[in-house]
Amino acid sequence: MSEPFEPKIIAFFCNWCTYGGADLAGVSRLQYPPNIRVIRIPCSGRLDPKFILSAFRHGADGVWVSGCHPGDCHYIAGNYYARRKFALFKGLLEHMGIEPGRLHFSWVSSAEATKFQQVVTEVTGIVKALGPAPHYIKKLAEVA
Amino acid sequence: MLTYTKKIQELAQRLLTEGKVDLVIGYRRGTIPMMNEPVQVRNAEQTDQLYWDSFCGVNLANYLPKRAERIAVVAKGCDSRNIVVHLQEGQVQREQLVILGAPCQGMLDRRKVWGRLDGQEPLKALEDGNQLIVEGKGFKHSFDRGELLQDNCAICTHRNPVLYDELLGDLVPEQEGVDRYADVRAIEELDPEARWQVFEELLAPCIRCYACRNACPQCYCPLCFVDESKPQWVGKSLDKTDLRTFHFLRAFHLAGRCTDCGACERACPLGIKVRQFTKKLEKDVWDRYQFEAGIVLEGRPPLDTFRPDDQEEFIK
Repeated sequence: MSEPFEPKIIAFFCNWCTYGGADLAGVSRLQYPPNIRVIRIPCSGRLDPKFILSAFRHGADGVWVSGCHPGDCHYIAGNYYARRKFALFKGLLEHMGIEPGRLHFSWVSSAEATKFQQVVTEVTGIVKALGPAPHYIKKLAEVA
Repeated sequence: MLTYTKKIQELAQRLLTEGKVDLVIGYRRGTIPMMNEPVQVRNAEQTDQLYWDSFCGVNLANYLPKRAERIAVVAKGCDSRNIVVHLQEGQVQREQLVILGAPCQGMLDRRKVWGRLDGQEPLKALEDGNQLIVEGKGFKHSFDRGELLQDNCAICTHRNPVLYDELLGDLVPEQEGVDRYADVRAIEELDPEARWQVFEELLAPCIRCYACRNACPQCYCPLCFVDESKPQWVGKSLDKTDLRTFHFLRAFHLAGRCTDCGACERACPLGIKVRQFTKKLEKDVWDRYQFEAGIVLEGRPPLDTFRPDDQEEFIK
């Protein structure tokens, strides 16, 4: 009997909010699905769209980006700029045929351990339901 | 439109003789019909090669970034918008430029002309009012201009230059009631798998020559992401994922900057409709931020600014 599908989800968390939120969820012993691989970034504004594409190219089934709530950015406005970038990026990615449920964005503060738990459960559920990513995976070896 | 040729030559002559500019960037006839090429004239005696007709589709704003000279440049509506974007992005200074504005009736697509010739070789293509007369060995055809417009020109709503120092002719009426995004909406209505296939077919012929990137005035990075290694964001191969990554990122770098001048599509040797990527972004930028690239000098491009109440329906 084959194992049930467990998605690989790459999660980009802002250092100041969601990363802290994930930490708090951990120390609070909140249970959540173990499908995310966390990459810490200084700010959601640091997230270059190339990072998301790179994750998908390397076989991620889903990508989740999370940062501070609007107005709470450690660098004052990083997430405001990021929000515009994300909106256009998600629009174009879905336009070219990636399923809407593969890329997720959220605002989770460092105090919102329960919201973190909810979102990670929701994201994992959606990506799991979609199944393994069918497209956009680089199968040849990378050569310079 | 042919009257522009004389005006460009006169202006070029005057500007170069008076020493107002170091060079004039314009068009000259190519070696085959319907293939005008850009030319940089530095000497008043050489201004007679400057030329204008409806095959001046190359976007001359591409030759402006990071230059120190004083430049006179011929600019159609779209070229002038690209110049505005360059000015906003600090790639060129207004004092450096003398913009020779060319109100434009739309450029013609040489491929559409070729397509109507049944393989016959055109030796001459001349315009007469609303007609294009193509002559070759043993044939002479006359076509209606309107049917041969480049795809982007057919839906253009900024035919007059937005910024100019001299005008080459009277301003032309702008097209009204154009549906710019019918093709984008048609793709949006499909389900994800069908959308994937649309772009799969679209990109299938791509040989990654980067002509679309090189023809684009807005692509001026000293080091392009495709040439970066460590980390390498996109492989060098014709692998489908690499092709997608290239086209996707090329388009994304034009978010809120693309003026839909059609340079990319015009340059593509395989005739790929690469504007399908940038048009989606253009539509989204308009829907979300009510912004059109390169219309006014004031203000910042949409990705270089924000509003606290920007829509965020996609964020949990």
